Amino acid sequence: MNWRRVRALLLKFAFICSRNTFRAMDVFFWPMMDLLVWGFLTVYMLRMGNTVPGAITFLIGSVIMWNVLYRAQQVISVAFLDDVWSRNLLNIFAGPVRVREYIAATYITGLIQSTIVILFLSAAAAVFYSFNILVLGIPLAALFINLLLMGWWLGLLTTGIIVRFGPPAEALAWAIPFLVQPVSAVFYPVSILPPWLQPVAKIIPSSYVFEGMRQIIEHKTFDGNSLFISFGLNVVFMIMAALVFRYYFEEARTKGLLAKYGT
Amino acid sequence: MDHIVEVRNLRKDFGDTTAVKDISFSVKRGEIFGLLGPNGAGKTTTIHMMLGLTRPSQGHIKIFGQDLEQHRVEILERCNFASAYVYLPWNLKVWENLYIFAEIYGVNKPKERIEYLLDLFEITKLKGHITGTLSAGEQTRLNLCKAFLNEPEVLLLDEPTASLDPDLADKVRKILRQLQKEKSITVINTSHNMLDVTELCDRIVFVHNGELIAEGKADELMERFGGASLEEVFITIARGGHLEGATK
Repeated sequence: MNWRRVRALLLKFAFICSRNTFRAMDVFFWPMMDLLVWGFLTVYMLRMGNTVPGAITFLIGSVIMWNVLYRAQQVISVAFLDDVWSRNLLNIFAGPVRVREYIAATYITGLIQSTIVILFLSAAAAVFYSFNILVLGIPLAALFINLLLMGWWLGLLTTGIIVRFGPPAEALAWAIPFLVQPVSAVFYPVSILPPWLQPVAKIIPSSYVFEGMRQIIEHKTFDGNSLFISFGLNVVFMIMAALVFRYYFEEARTKGLLAKYGT
Repeated sequence: MDHIVEVRNLRKDFGDTTAVKDISFSVKRGEIFGLLGPNGAGKTTTIHMMLGLTRPSQGHIKIFGQDLEQHRVEILERCNFASAYVYLPWNLKVWENLYIFAEIYGVNKPKERIEYLLDLFEITKLKGHITGTLSAGEQTRLNLCKAFLNEPEVLLLDEPTASLDPDLADKVRKILRQLQKEKSITVINTSHNMLDVTELCDRIVFVHNGELIAEGKADELMERFGGASLEEVFITIARGGHLEGATK
């Protein structure tokens, strides 16, 4: 791993983001819209008196944490698409850039953007809804890391699919997280799901994170085991995503797809 | 080392289509080597295989005596590439793009190198401009600045003067010659511009339908194919005529 090259690629992402208002909207505007919609829904539910204890904290906490996963995933795929759209992809891969250096740079960008999103949304939630994310305590760091890891492997998998199937698959950069959202227990517990779907939720790392978050809020307890399971699943999926990405990347080289997308 | 680039029995199939059929050639250090041929001849596919972007179906490529598949990064650190059809990120400033690629190629004193190349290609005044606002000719010169950032030992150029007017193309050819002579750079150049090829290239190969059909100096090829100019030879070969006159 050559860190000078990783730093150069990070600089490229930073310059692109700083010049593009719509890219800044991905970090600030859309997450804020999410927070406002779910926040107002929660306020409405509270006024109707039709709520469970701590519901406001569940929903707002869920929106904030979901955005950590979503932004980490999205930034990885969009970073690759940026190079395709600007016809710069060949300059990158005709240079001495290792695929792992390129991925490392996108992962670090994902970490930075997810950190900005959680800080920004937490501050906004405190102002608008008097919600304090620090009620999650020290486990917040473990929840964040697990969601970040899941965003990373989902982003890598999405990029692999885009590398292999090209422009028709571009929409997946935004859509893939919504495939796992229903079984991630983001806004409701796994027990709400039909019995046949619950085993699926059990192999999705994010379901343990959101269940864990609800447990902390409701019972003030933290189940370290479930987060270990989440971490273990993330490691397994990360290895699988890396293998799929490598396979698709080599397929793209064999079929001349990198050159095709890059010109 | 005599031959710095060695291409042996290179073949590339895309499904039922064969883009490159059993091509072999070698290029010496400091030589400017022209790959000539009509559209779809397999020139760009060959360049892409030499950059590790496309995996060959058969054959092998050695650069600096090392196999490209095994030592891609080590080889590409000492090479560079420019194409009229590949761009730098459009919303970055000229100097930002060059700085990023200087870092990617591990250039020592990148700022001095960037200043030198911008001055040489006469685009210093564009340093703070957004790349997407440059004209096609300015972007071509920017691409060439990027290609010389790391003082490459091997430079692969895919139609480098395609979007330049005759005056600029002439200036660029002179700069390419100057830089090539200063550092004895090996250049592999694909072009449709016969003046480019005649003025720049020490040796030329003609590629047609994925096959290497003739090799030699410009005047040798004209004599062999009975053309008054290289352009006539090109047209003859592109239309499939007098191929019996070709000897590899």
